[in-house]
Amino acid sequence: MSLLLKRKSILPGFGLGLAYTSFYLGLVILLPLAALFWRSHTLGAAEIWNVVTAPRVLASYRISFGCSLVAAAVNIVFGLPLAWVLARYKFPGRRLVDAALDLPIALPTAVAGITLTALFAPNGWLGAPLESLGIHVAYTPLGITVALVFIGLPFVVRTVLPVLEELDAEYEEAAACLGATWWQTITRVVWPEVRGASITGFTLAFARSVGEYGSVVFIAGNMPMKTEITPLLIITKLEEYDYAGATALGASSLIISFIFLLGINQLQRHYELKRGAH
Amino acid sequence: MQRPSIIRSVEPRWVKPTLFVVTGLFLAVLVLLPLAVVIIEGLRKGWQAYWSAVSDPMTLAAIRLTFLAAAVAVPLNTLFGLAAAWTITKFDFRGRTLLLTLIDLPFSVSPVIAGLVYVLLFGLQGVLGPWLQAHDLQIIFATPGIILATIFVTFPFVARELIPVMQAQGTEQEEAARVLGASGWTTFFKVTLPNIKWGLFYGVILCNARAMGEFGAVSVVSGHIRGQTNTLPLHVEILFNEYNFAASFAVASLLTLLALLSLILRSYVEWRGEQETKSATKGTV
Repeated sequence: MSLLLKRKSILPGFGLGLAYTSFYLGLVILLPLAALFWRSHTLGAAEIWNVVTAPRVLASYRISFGCSLVAAAVNIVFGLPLAWVLARYKFPGRRLVDAALDLPIALPTAVAGITLTALFAPNGWLGAPLESLGIHVAYTPLGITVALVFIGLPFVVRTVLPVLEELDAEYEEAAACLGATWWQTITRVVWPEVRGASITGFTLAFARSVGEYGSVVFIAGNMPMKTEITPLLIITKLEEYDYAGATALGASSLIISFIFLLGINQLQRHYELKRGAH
Repeated sequence: MQRPSIIRSVEPRWVKPTLFVVTGLFLAVLVLLPLAVVIIEGLRKGWQAYWSAVSDPMTLAAIRLTFLAAAVAVPLNTLFGLAAAWTITKFDFRGRTLLLTLIDLPFSVSPVIAGLVYVLLFGLQGVLGPWLQAHDLQIIFATPGIILATIFVTFPFVARELIPVMQAQGTEQEEAARVLGASGWTTFFKVTLPNIKWGLFYGVILCNARAMGEFGAVSVVSGHIRGQTNTLPLHVEILFNEYNFAASFAVASLLTLLALLSLILRSYVEWRGEQETKSATKGTV
């Protein structure tokens, strides 16, 4: 195993550490994932194609990916100012706000799901006034988006906040001294620095949202073709003992989200390089 | 990190109030209102009903199972996190980036798919299903499946927290200890562990919170047998779907309490870590 080492070290434990890490990773993560792809391999291309292009499945992709994209974008729109407030202003309760931001990560998704449903149901605290304005939230794609905004928010803020905190206020001061307006400073000095982190945050929020189940199923209403997300469709197929369908759907959505992540990683690397260049 | 900046002088007057109002409203809707809903809905039928929902035998069985799953998953993933972080940060080897990527993999896999892969592996129709049945072993729709699914979804948490911390610390201190004759384990327990203890604690808190709150993955492998394979989050779902909202929110309040406790502990750990870094830098200057 020490053959793998690029540089000799006097520290012990490389062989044991690598062996244990690989063994545990293989047993718990890779072996089960391999089972998924092995199973879908035995299905045959035609069968897989039939499953993943069924109208109900295509509709679920539209809802899952569409709502996730919108939710991640909303989180950028609100998450960036939120991170800016936390990084640049001093105010009482700042630590509390900072801790509260992680609630969506710490709160079990099922609890988030029933709570948001109660809040946005037609008779809920926010649902009732919105209903009288003619806006239906619960049991519509809008409700799904609200749940995804909730769970995605920390991913954006937590990625952007450290960058803003590390970004020296000197740059902004220099820009201000040189006569830049506030808006120019924000768009030409601050934004290029946080663009990479924003894309990362967007990606993380999006990736989490596409696979999200617990917080969405309660508020979604789960009507086929209208408010049925892909993860729920996988569960439905499993409950109908349609193992082939569940496998094909699981493998395909895994591949789609990997392709998406890879693409956005490339985009992010592009901006990181640009940032490093000047 | 916080300092008054000259940018304030060019900042239009409307900016600060607008930012505070917008972010305040956003946080109120996403954080404060949900917390209030849990408490009010949970107590809608009074303390008596709240207590009977919380002390119901089915709820107690769900609490036991949730604690059991976390009690197995968290130590296993902590041990893995330590081993992985040590290997990745203290050595430079071929395949290091690949290993890092693979550790992050469970983050981008839907919890539902995590459950699905175990059903495909251990279920009756699964790869190992017939063998398991012949030996009278049940994993899916039983406790082992729930534990496995919990391990899968909480797999990266400790490693992800530890890797940046140990990366920042480098290898010099450990190398010095070795040169001075300390054994490998002594080096780890006396040099590395004190340096990473807050990061480790932080990772364990996150891992535990997720382990106790996991829903999607556990839901797929559980089979929802009341009193047997029902965890707390699944119990919340069952009660909610039976339109027993007060009981559902009462049980949900337990999980909310757990989440708040995790957040408080997390803030404390972060604060202690900052204090120690501060005193350490003071000591050297």
